[in-house]
Amino acid sequence: MISIKNLHASIDGKEILKGLNLEVKAGEVHAIMGPNGAGKSTLASVLAGREEYEITEGSVDFDGQDLLELSTEDRAREGLFLAFQYPIEIPGVSNINFLRTSLNEIREYKGEEQISAKDFMALVREKSALVELDAKLASRSVNEGFSGGEKKRNEIFQMAMLNPKLSILDETDSGLDIDALRIVANGVNKLKSPENATIVITHYQRLLDYIVPDVVHVLYNGKIVKSGPKELALELEEKGYDWIKAEVDAQ
Amino acid sequence: MNELIQESKVAAFVEHLPQTMLAIDKELVSKAVTTIKSTDFPTTRTEAWKYTRLGRIAAISTANQTAREGKNLSREDINSSYQISKTGLTFVFENGIFRSDLSSGEFPAGATIKPLTGCDKAELSNVGKSLQLENEVFHAMNTAHAVDGMYISIQDKAIIDAPIQLIHLITGKNTVSNLRNFIQIGKFAKAEIMQSYFALDAESSFTNVVSEVIVAENAHLTINKLQYEEEGNYHISTEQVDQAKDSIFTINTMTLNGTLVRNNLNIEVNGVNCITNLHGAYVLKSNQHVDNHTIVDHKQPHCESNELYKGVMDEKSTGVFNGKVFVRKDAQKINAFQSNGNVLLSDDATVNSKPELEIYADDVKCSHGSTTGQLDEEAVFYLRARGISEKSARHLMVSAFIEDVVNKIENEAFLNYTHSLLKERFGWDF
Repeated sequence: MISIKNLHASIDGKEILKGLNLEVKAGEVHAIMGPNGAGKSTLASVLAGREEYEITEGSVDFDGQDLLELSTEDRAREGLFLAFQYPIEIPGVSNINFLRTSLNEIREYKGEEQISAKDFMALVREKSALVELDAKLASRSVNEGFSGGEKKRNEIFQMAMLNPKLSILDETDSGLDIDALRIVANGVNKLKSPENATIVITHYQRLLDYIVPDVVHVLYNGKIVKSGPKELALELEEKGYDWIKAEVDAQ
Repeated sequence: MNELIQESKVAAFVEHLPQTMLAIDKELVSKAVTTIKSTDFPTTRTEAWKYTRLGRIAAISTANQTAREGKNLSREDINSSYQISKTGLTFVFENGIFRSDLSSGEFPAGATIKPLTGCDKAELSNVGKSLQLENEVFHAMNTAHAVDGMYISIQDKAIIDAPIQLIHLITGKNTVSNLRNFIQIGKFAKAEIMQSYFALDAESSFTNVVSEVIVAENAHLTINKLQYEEEGNYHISTEQVDQAKDSIFTINTMTLNGTLVRNNLNIEVNGVNCITNLHGAYVLKSNQHVDNHTIVDHKQPHCESNELYKGVMDEKSTGVFNGKVFVRKDAQKINAFQSNGNVLLSDDATVNSKPELEIYADDVKCSHGSTTGQLDEEAVFYLRARGISEKSARHLMVSAFIEDVVNKIENEAFLNYTHSLLKERFGWDF
């Protein structure tokens, strides 16, 4: 699905990613954990195509395509989805109008027909139920006046609507109470299929009780320094990151 | 010794324009002539014209007003290109001259609607009563040189459902059109008026329109106004409105084209318990310059005024907003809201915004605000990250911004027509 090789990225001349390697296959869930400042959000931003970051070295292959050559919108159209850590409020633009435009532009890119109003509304009903998002929120302005939990649920709702190949959840759990966390995780799990993959970026192990990863990676100082089964997350929860830092720094 | 008599530039400007033949007060006309002789075009040193230069209008060579010959047009042409509402009465004027051959529709019961040239002295006795002439060259020019215009008088208690439409076309080169409208809405009456301004094969032409509006006790009037004269043409308009108690007056001004447009709204709220709504959208590009000057004068208590103006400026265009709300000493319990928002889409676009409140009463609720900014780039990225092209993302955000005020238009035909022009001129879909 995605193969990241020796990725180096910097912002304002400061190198944040320093040779990151990651391989995620269809049907898998990967968790990326790590201390603050390790480069977790940078990785998400670089994959989504934020232009402030400069890629100095490395490659990203996304289903046979050179991801780094694609514009942000084309990455989304090819099936990459980023659930934002801080979803943006867009006053005046209704969620519905936004999603219809989004869905239709993706369809146009793929040479498919526009979705009919009837099918679209049926899809909205089905997918908003998945994340228990009030239908009223679907017709409001994008994220405007939404609570923190509603914003995150709206991200997963959008993910459900767009049905991406690869979803990157950037700290989707941060700031969520346990009920909201359960709803969000439940939504993600229901969307899981053998054809798609998920990268869960998180600071806390708690989310991984609900979204069970196949592989856990530790990102530290711009690189993946350790990978292991889901139990690694528990170990990190228990022991913190210092032992990993010590291990890496000793090398 | 030779005495040098210097004529004002305005006097030279109007020299070849026809004198008004309307049955209005002769004294008024001579007062206007005096103003023209003694006053020059305002410069940017005049506070009310600080951000709007009139050089291009003053430079029109007015000597040859040949375009006064009517254009060869048919009712079908009006129907297909300019008529906004398919119902109601449509009055067409070309360069200020009434075109009965292009006008159509049923005269509604309870209303007298005709061109001003068909009105007698008694009917026009109130014309010019509250319009300031001193120092107001465009008011004076209009008063001395108005060719024609619409006379609308709605009887007490008459409810006119279908809109009354005025379509004004300016044609030809260097044409100057002085159009005068007189509108009175009787007690407990209700009406809706559409004014739309277009240019047809026009160049360096200038429309100067004054509408006097009297809204009687408990009357409801909505004016939907559309300004879409092609670039290269100029437009100055004044709405002088007098509201009596318990009345509701609403005006929606959509300015989407024209090189220089200036709108003056002077609303005198002379009665208690009135509602005044002023909404305006201006969407500009190239070198357009659009200036909205509004005054709401609350002279009586228990009234409400809502003012919302929004603008989108692209390329080298300039928007000007100056909104003034007066709350006089005895006008207690006034709720006055005023808001102006602007989005600049280019580094060369400019906006000058000046919301003003002058309050002499002590028990009022008033607010005013002005915002100017660019599109939120984070939001553009967010939309792009959902597969929306950068162009569509910007369009979605700009249209959401401007739709806030465009959607104040209740008349569906007028709203649709506005949308179709936004699509025609800017390629926007709604």
